Amino acid sequence: MYVRDLIHIFLAFLRVGLLGYGGGPSSIPLVHREVVEKYRWMDDDEFSDVLALGNTLPGPITTKMAGYIGYRVKGITGCVVGVLAMALPTVFLMIGLLGLLLSYKDSPRVHGMTAAVRPVVGVMLGVLAYGFFKKAWKDSGMFSTISIAAVSLLLIGLGVHPAVVMGVILIVAVIKGLFERDSGQKGERT
Amino acid sequence: MIYWDLFVAFFIPGIIGYGGGPAYIPLIQNEVVNHYQWMSLQQFGDVLALANALPGPITTKLSGFVGYQMAGWPGAFVALFANTAPSLFAMVFFLGLLKRYQHSPAVRNMSRMVRPVVGVLLAIITFQFFDSSIQDIGILQTAVLTVASLFLMERLRLHPAWVILGSLVYGLLLNW
Repeated sequence: MYVRDLIHIFLAFLRVGLLGYGGGPSSIPLVHREVVEKYRWMDDDEFSDVLALGNTLPGPITTKMAGYIGYRVKGITGCVVGVLAMALPTVFLMIGLLGLLLSYKDSPRVHGMTAAVRPVVGVMLGVLAYGFFKKAWKDSGMFSTISIAAVSLLLIGLGVHPAVVMGVILIVAVIKGLFERDSGQKGERT
Repeated sequence: MIYWDLFVAFFIPGIIGYGGGPAYIPLIQNEVVNHYQWMSLQQFGDVLALANALPGPITTKLSGFVGYQMAGWPGAFVALFANTAPSLFAMVFFLGLLKRYQHSPAVRNMSRMVRPVVGVLLAIITFQFFDSSIQDIGILQTAVLTVASLFLMERLRLHPAWVILGSLVYGLLLNW
């Protein structure tokens, strides 16, 4: 079981690392697919928490997710396996293909490849975003979902850094939660 | 000592690099080109172009590669570690705290209220991807690829791996 879990962590993040075209955020739907849909290590709620906190803390998002999820499933070993599975293969590729790729980097074919994959990533991200809105709508209602979404969109549009917006929302939520506890908890259940 | 220098060079961007890859590249450039002068700006640009043509997160590709160039595999591991470990520790610590108090109303509120923000962030990135795609390959190609991948992934439930590989091949043939 132990080794099998580690192999699963390895395979999951190997796939994420090799398929994630277009930088960190493009890997998020792939991580979601492996972690929530395929291996069911966490549910959507926990995934959303991990993503939110990952966005609030500095540093690259994909490695934070790989490392944390690996850790959550199989401790420190899982953490190391997750990060290495995601990072090493492409480092190998870079070292191995340096000469070859440098002569092709301006080729329209290579450019066409990275361009054509973008709408695919866009679709994956869009589907995931829709899922989050749907879930929020179902759990917290229309008003809360729309107002939080509108406020954060506005702030980000005004140039406030997303990490700051995320941090502020987290703090407001905690304060609101503390007040709810003081007023004897509303009969809300999840 | 080179290992220590590598550690510092990638530790700093890991700590202050907010907002993923793009925000991060100038920070790494500052350490690698301006501060330690391991590479010229031209070389760094080449490495960046190469890294962009390959899959996976840009920061690990850069740190692993620069670390390897400077000090072989140990260097690659030091740079990767410096780059990922600090924020990972923070992540484990904070999420552990969240899990411990997951039944408190404060934490329940947090999980709930943050969800629309995550949605907005994802929606913004979605928009950026489509926007840059339209500018790059035009609205028609973008629409074709979007409809095709939506159909294949959501309707036929094809694994994204095949759709991504398919689009790479399509892009290759597009400019043949």
